[in-house]
Amino acid sequence: MSNQEKYLNAFVTALEVSPSEAPSLVYGESKAWDSVGHMSLVAALEDAFDIMMEMDDIIDMSSFEKGKEILRKYAVEI
Amino acid sequence: MLWRFDRNLKNTAVVDENGASLTYAQLRDEGRMLCQHADGRCLVFCLCRNVMGSFVGYVSFLNGGVVPAMFPADLDRELFNTLYQTYRPKYIWAPVDFELEDSCCRYERFGYCLLQTPFGDATRLSPELALLLTTSGSTGSPKLVRQSYRNIRANTDSIVEYLHLLPDERPITTLPMQYTYGLSIINSHLDVGATILLTDKGVAQKEFWNFFRQQQATSFGGVPYTYEMLDRMRFTRMNLPSLRVMTQAGGKLSPELHQKYAEWCRDTGRELIVMYGQCEATARMAYLPWNHSLEKIGAMGVAIPGGSFELIDADGSIITEPDTVGELRYHGDNVTLGYAEAAADLAKGDERCGVLDTGDMATRDADGFYTIAGRKKRFLKMYGNRVNLDELERMLKTAFPAAECACAGQDDRLTVYCTDPAMLPQMRAWLAEKTGLNVAGFFPVTVPEIPKNEAGKTLYKELEKYDA
Repeated sequence: MSNQEKYLNAFVTALEVSPSEAPSLVYGESKAWDSVGHMSLVAALEDAFDIMMEMDDIIDMSSFEKGKEILRKYAVEI
Repeated sequence: MLWRFDRNLKNTAVVDENGASLTYAQLRDEGRMLCQHADGRCLVFCLCRNVMGSFVGYVSFLNGGVVPAMFPADLDRELFNTLYQTYRPKYIWAPVDFELEDSCCRYERFGYCLLQTPFGDATRLSPELALLLTTSGSTGSPKLVRQSYRNIRANTDSIVEYLHLLPDERPITTLPMQYTYGLSIINSHLDVGATILLTDKGVAQKEFWNFFRQQQATSFGGVPYTYEMLDRMRFTRMNLPSLRVMTQAGGKLSPELHQKYAEWCRDTGRELIVMYGQCEATARMAYLPWNHSLEKIGAMGVAIPGGSFELIDADGSIITEPDTVGELRYHGDNVTLGYAEAAADLAKGDERCGVLDTGDMATRDADGFYTIAGRKKRFLKMYGNRVNLDELERMLKTAFPAAECACAGQDDRLTVYCTDPAMLPQMRAWLAEKTGLNVAGFFPVTVPEIPKNEAGKTLYKELEKYDA
């Protein structure tokens, strides 16, 4: 699976949304991505890329696009 | 009048996440204006968010003798309609984009609007009635808890006393204001002239921590799930010099997290205060004094000032022996008037007379500290919200009449059992929508049948064997 697929898949499974919905998601603006969803999402991303995210990055991950930028810090190119 | 703002007129009462603030003098004046437009005592539905409009509405109504009924602003519309038709409020205090047929806006302030409904003064209110809250925060039933002015005053006094609250406190909101625990933080801090830091953002959001640091928050409250999130984020590594006190309620904190945060607080000169309460007791019934938080891991403490507990055995007699499980009964002036299930109930007086059977099972140790051991009835706490399993199961069966299903589980993990695997995804989506809880909290399990006894009662214990 490519990094792009893994990344999308983490959103789809953690937030239980369709692959077409995922890219437009923003934290706090949908019921799926609330604090509970956020924790599932962080866990899914950490599993998928075998990383441990820092608190500052966890709280900064506010959208699908922003998440890609953050993962770059962990040497994950989406 | 519940609060005497004139003692603290120059203090800042509230700051929101945009930096807007009100002094106690301004808050008092805003309240007078709003209540003038409401024109006398009546019932108002407040659609709550942790924003200035919602805050000013709540404080003004309560202090001005208008009775607010508090609901989340994103309440499922069908549930809103049921509540609206059941209680027939004179006004709705709602965000300006809220749409309601046959209503007109009487007053607008801070992005909120006072919508007048066609009901007028149809609903009669007992003179004691101060406030109406849902028991669960978000689930289906129109059942409300009736709180009196005396209840709120008594609980506020107790909380101010045991938390030693002073005007220099700056609590930041982490809980919705329609939720009794979140509201008790607001009530008690307003009473001492402290500054409420109001935000709709949560602990997993950067804006929350920016606001926290910028406004030098001194305390926050959290349900067990909040502490789990903080733990997941390795919160104890954060640099938060202004933080002095963390409180916890809304369900039992795991002993591991209790220990971890109690140790962290001891090592960093802070206080962790584990507490216990229910909406039926206004908010608080017990607290674990911070200097006992390490020696009494897992306990929820002692009764608050002005309150007392008893443990009742199966025969109804009072247990005197230590370390014996019984049903927890509470006595105090904060025990609420009773429930409402119809508009006529709002005219009723006190049905509990200061005594509350909590429905929780507990033990008391030899030192007099109480520990929750379980629950008498079938309900769960989901992220701090009470969910009645029987009620939810009934709703589910009504919505999916063809399904053989049951609900059970543990806190923060509600299991939906169904004989038809094809229906489970729809059921989970439906439950998430109706309760406003994240779908991740509902675990689907396919079972060959729902085990029942001869009388047709579901055998929940037997269902557990199908859990993954």
